[in-house]
Amino acid sequence: MKAKLILENGMVFEGRALGYMQEAVGEVVFNTGMTGYQEVMTDPSYYGQIVTMTYPLIGNYGLNLEDIESKSPKVKGFIVREACDYPNNFRCEIKLNDYLKNNKIMALDQIDTRWLTKVLRDSGTMKGIITLEEVSEGYIKEKLQGFSNSDAVLNVTTKEKYTIAGKGKHVAIMDFGIKANIIRSFKQRGCKMTIFPATATYAEILAVNPDLVFLSNGPGDPEDLKDTIECLKQLVGKKPIVGICLGHQLLALALGGKTAKLKFGHRGCNHPVKNLEENKVYITSQNHGYYVEELPIDTIATHISLNDGTVEGMRHKTLPIYSVQFHPEASPGPGDANNIFDKFLEVQI
Amino acid sequence: MPLNKDIKKVLVIGSGPIVIGQAAEFDYSGTQACEALKEEGIEVVLINSNPATIMTDKEVVHKIYIEPLTIAFIEKVIAKERPDSLLAGVGGQTGLNLSVELYEMGILEKYNVQVIGTPIESIKKGEDRELFRDVMKKINQPCIESEVIVDMESGKAYSNKLGYPVIVRPAYTLAGTGGGIANNEEELELILEQGLHMSAIGQVLIERSVKGWKEVEYEVMRDKQGNCICVCNMENIDPVGIHTGDSIVVAPSQTLSDKEYQMLRTASIEIINAVGIKGGCNVQFALHPHSYEYAVIEINPRVSRSSALASKATGYPIAKVAAKIALGYDLDEIKNEVTKKTFACFEPSLDYVVVKIPKWPFDKFHSADRQLGTKMMATGEVMAIGSNFEAAFLKGIRSLDIGRYTLVHKDMMKLSLEELKEKVKAPDDERIFALAEMIRRDYRSEMITKATGIDRFFVKKIKNIVEREEMLKSYTLDMLTRDLLLDLKKMGFADKGIADLIGTSPEIIYTLRMKLGIKPVYNMVDTCAGEFEALTPYYYSTYNAYDEVTVSNRSKVIVIGSGPIRIGQGIEFDYASVHAVKALKRMNIETIIINNNPETVSTDFDISDKLYFEPLTEEDVLNIIDKEKPEGIILQFGGQTAIKLAKFLEGKNVAILGTNSEQIDTAENREKFEALLEELNIERPKGIAVWNVDSGLKEAEILGYPILVRPSYVLGGQGMEITYTADELTYYLKNAFEKDSKNPVLIDKYLMGREIEVDAICDGEEILIPGIMEHLERAGVHSGDSITMYPTQNVSAEIKEKVLEYTRKLALGIGIQGMINIQFIEYCEKLYVIEVNPRASRTVPYISKVSGVPIVDIATRVMLGEKLVNLGYGINVYKEPELVAVKVPVFSTQKLPGVEVCLGPEMRSTGEVLGVGADINEALYKGFLGAGMLLKKRKGVILATINDNDKEEFLGIAKDLEVLGYSLMCTSGTAKFLKQAGLKVESVRKLSEEEPNILNLIKKMEVDLVINTPTKGKDAEREGFMIRRAAIEKNIGVITVLDTIKTLIEVTKRYNSDFDIENLKIYNMGKN
Repeated sequence: MKAKLILENGMVFEGRALGYMQEAVGEVVFNTGMTGYQEVMTDPSYYGQIVTMTYPLIGNYGLNLEDIESKSPKVKGFIVREACDYPNNFRCEIKLNDYLKNNKIMALDQIDTRWLTKVLRDSGTMKGIITLEEVSEGYIKEKLQGFSNSDAVLNVTTKEKYTIAGKGKHVAIMDFGIKANIIRSFKQRGCKMTIFPATATYAEILAVNPDLVFLSNGPGDPEDLKDTIECLKQLVGKKPIVGICLGHQLLALALGGKTAKLKFGHRGCNHPVKNLEENKVYITSQNHGYYVEELPIDTIATHISLNDGTVEGMRHKTLPIYSVQFHPEASPGPGDANNIFDKFLEVQI
Repeated sequence: MPLNKDIKKVLVIGSGPIVIGQAAEFDYSGTQACEALKEEGIEVVLINSNPATIMTDKEVVHKIYIEPLTIAFIEKVIAKERPDSLLAGVGGQTGLNLSVELYEMGILEKYNVQVIGTPIESIKKGEDRELFRDVMKKINQPCIESEVIVDMESGKAYSNKLGYPVIVRPAYTLAGTGGGIANNEEELELILEQGLHMSAIGQVLIERSVKGWKEVEYEVMRDKQGNCICVCNMENIDPVGIHTGDSIVVAPSQTLSDKEYQMLRTASIEIINAVGIKGGCNVQFALHPHSYEYAVIEINPRVSRSSALASKATGYPIAKVAAKIALGYDLDEIKNEVTKKTFACFEPSLDYVVVKIPKWPFDKFHSADRQLGTKMMATGEVMAIGSNFEAAFLKGIRSLDIGRYTLVHKDMMKLSLEELKEKVKAPDDERIFALAEMIRRDYRSEMITKATGIDRFFVKKIKNIVEREEMLKSYTLDMLTRDLLLDLKKMGFADKGIADLIGTSPEIIYTLRMKLGIKPVYNMVDTCAGEFEALTPYYYSTYNAYDEVTVSNRSKVIVIGSGPIRIGQGIEFDYASVHAVKALKRMNIETIIINNNPETVSTDFDISDKLYFEPLTEEDVLNIIDKEKPEGIILQFGGQTAIKLAKFLEGKNVAILGTNSEQIDTAENREKFEALLEELNIERPKGIAVWNVDSGLKEAEILGYPILVRPSYVLGGQGMEITYTADELTYYLKNAFEKDSKNPVLIDKYLMGREIEVDAICDGEEILIPGIMEHLERAGVHSGDSITMYPTQNVSAEIKEKVLEYTRKLALGIGIQGMINIQFIEYCEKLYVIEVNPRASRTVPYISKVSGVPIVDIATRVMLGEKLVNLGYGINVYKEPELVAVKVPVFSTQKLPGVEVCLGPEMRSTGEVLGVGADINEALYKGFLGAGMLLKKRKGVILATINDNDKEEFLGIAKDLEVLGYSLMCTSGTAKFLKQAGLKVESVRKLSEEEPNILNLIKKMEVDLVINTPTKGKDAEREGFMIRRAAIEKNIGVITVLDTIKTLIEVTKRYNSDFDIENLKIYNMGKN
């Protein structure tokens, strides 16, 4: 069956419908990773987004139940050049199309993804709709205008607080849509974890007396999370705080910095980040549409993007606060910066 | 850290002559590295014995020494030039081994030369198997269970412990030379003996066979700060067991999940950190297809064939970045040349699929054992880029220039399913076609995977193609709807492929395509999958919606490259293509290159204004012409691959610059050519076409023996032979007519004269001959295989005058506009023409360098209408240089089991070296030394078997050898003859006689050299063949033409007594 992706700017990309046959509206973004489509699809940070993969062959090695970053796919839609229907890998458990269908995700293949990528690159990220039918301009306009991702975090955070036992440091995790591999990374280091919903109050967090507060990754605009920012302001100075991605941005906002939206984001597995403290470059996995535009006072940049010079990490000059924009937990992508987790655990009052 | 200011003058060691396993890729990476050094203001001193390279150009480096790549000569260069640094990693295995040797011998220390880039200690850690295994153990990287073996007994014992099959890998050899898989003790004995002998240090590794595992390679880089990146990973479609140089390779990997991809990437980085690489490195893994288990196969701590492929596949210039790292820069200080904004410290992301397919020489060598294994046999490779695997794969198939546009292969159709299965299990160069045929006959894909170890994913991809082919076979033209045709084009089907399958002509498919508006678009190779704006003018075709090419309104010319490196069409043509582009650029014309060879300089994206990485078929070339609408197209520098497009393109009203197709035909069509010679009153050896043995014999009597015979339907020297007697001729003709009775055999009077060769430029009015060359071997040896001397040594002024006159007449008579190559024979003071090529030839770089005439530049200008008289190099014969230069061919026959060694009218060499001297002897000495042909004295014994025609002539040679202190061993006939003449000779038993016979002698390596002039006739031929093969496989020199040994003796006489390197000079061929 044919289906179309229609962008906010009116451009139409026609392809073949895949997965679950149902209209999908979202923010259209691209990811340049050549492997790791399964991790991308299940990364909660992509909630509300229609993700297009720049690598043309997707689904070659199928999907399995081990490499998921959350229990279900979080993307709103998925766009590829060629979806593979005959995957082969020793761990392959399900085919791409079947996985999408069963999880009610609309997808498209046979799309000129390079063209789409260049449009997004030049015009910036924009909303789009995947539709199976001929629809009027007015309808599209209405649908796109009606789309908002401001409650994204509430849809992907844990509903209930839960704990994971461990003999090491006790980490209080604020879950804004945490990737499974972050939890695995703390687990590997023997940490005890208490995972809080995004709506948790500072009192609730302090009540478990953690050694460290960790702010997770997650979808959407950090400025939408006013309550969280307030909560963080209360925590600052009381507990060591570290964070990744959205967590990093929220921390910046809580400390009085500014965030802004990137034109087309950083999404892929090949982003060079310079660690200014070590004077060393790491190839990192990234997935963010927003960034810290202005560092809070009394913080210094610890990492910068070698591609566009944006802040990729910060440390407070006096307080036990340290956060990074990129994804040291990888999945997908290189694990070169995995030692960031060790550094997180070193942060103390 | 920024540029190390202490580095001012850098020595670069090239990789020497092209041989299998070390080809044009080192000219590409070497040239790129030299340019990178130069751009930092560093003086570059180069030593490389191979004149056919771009890197040995004045424009590329400052000081050029085209000298033998031996320690003694490199030391001379160091002593004379006093470089402060040595860049070790860009000259292939040759350059690396020499660098290690210079270091170990204390020469670098003596002259205070520091090694920049990866340090010697690290190179040794990567190259020495024992050291490497220790490092791997330390960092917990799994190696394949193995042991270093230095003798036969412990080899056998260890193999028994491991269990067969085992793999034997000699240390310090290139492309697995001397290694192999042994399935039992008997095989082990053979392989191990050879391996121990071939290794520079008498060391091999015997390892557990992981045959059937996936072979995955990573190209990684590291700077001295410890920043590491992975440029590209590549998956071999052929599993472990087939040398990666002989494997079909796809980039990036297709069947690895992120977890496996990252596992191996991380391992690569840990390895280069532990080894201490400063530059580029290739890491090869074997990955178990059904688990996470993997093992490190080996690393190459230098630029390599794989790094060249990775550079072309991603757009990331590995050699350039490696050179900058060597100069002190860190990865985050080096600009990304593609985006000009980002830095070299990132990992390319591909949004297309790249397929590399090797090019094997078996179309030329019918007798070769084609089975692929751990020893590389391919002479070159093609690369293809597509939006999907099928498209890249089909583009690759048609880039091979083997006349295939689909996977349908008639020979495979004749085989039974059992035979096909055997063929894919013991794979050869045609296994993909066998595999396709099995799919065609509904053989289960799963079982193909089981039999071959090729991943099901790839089998299915090939099945997709086969299914379409089968569908098309039942279709007619009117069933080709727009959707279907577009779909086929997206999948990479050629018009010709579609036409063949439905039974029409490609012309009709093309017309239909135009009517339906189905045209390719061109997408960019930009290193970043479109994430950033890129400025690389590097494109591939695809049938997507969106075209990224902007056609400028400048005047532009397309230069067609020569495709994969093969015997007879080598790196020389790439040299010419690159120079044509440079000439056009100087003329302010926009340049566009089309080529499909990833190993070359011409496909470096900053050589031309635009690079189209595409097959060189009629359709693919025309599509680009339709798009770019150039003023003209240049074919003369692309060898036969380009020349054969002339007629088709002219039919499409494309302006071919220079000689046109009709004129080309005059030179190539035998009848037209003879008519022209007649008209010009130029003689060629008398000849005639015969249809049966009797008439052949009759004609031969009239012409007189010896007779040159060849099949009429082939071009060049294929199947050509010289017969001296009626018996020999009968034998040849019988064979020829048995094979093919529909075509005549051509028989020519064979003139045993001196061969003379010229490359000339003609502007339609005047000609310029940059140099007249003389061949050392008498006529009958292919010009590419004979030793060539320039200036001529034995050609009289009268004959030279005649050469000029004939060249002039022929060039004007054919209507040449640009290049022409002519081969003459001087016989009894008369000049005969034997061959004319209306294009650049393989001697162009050699003559350009020695004469100082920029031949390609002038020819290009002439093609665009300029006149020779205005170009500053005059007309007629250019003045001869003071130096003498000798081109000596180099062979890779050793690596090709079953291939004839004997020199003849069919070309067999893969490369060449140049010897430069103040006189011919010095030049010859260096040429022989560089080619590894000098007489050695280990045992002091030379084995000679001489045919009856040559015995008389051999007498003098035998006497000379005696004087030089060699004792001779001969088979009965030769021995008897020499004894009668009073020489001391030891007789050895013939091959057909009881052991120990001649073969045992060779196998025990009791002789230093084999002189064998072949005899025709079934048994004699077979025996001679076996002797020559046995010798070559034991690394014993084989000489089959007496002229060669005579000259070798001359040179040895002169340099033997005072074999003092001090007396030999070295010559800077660059700027002073």
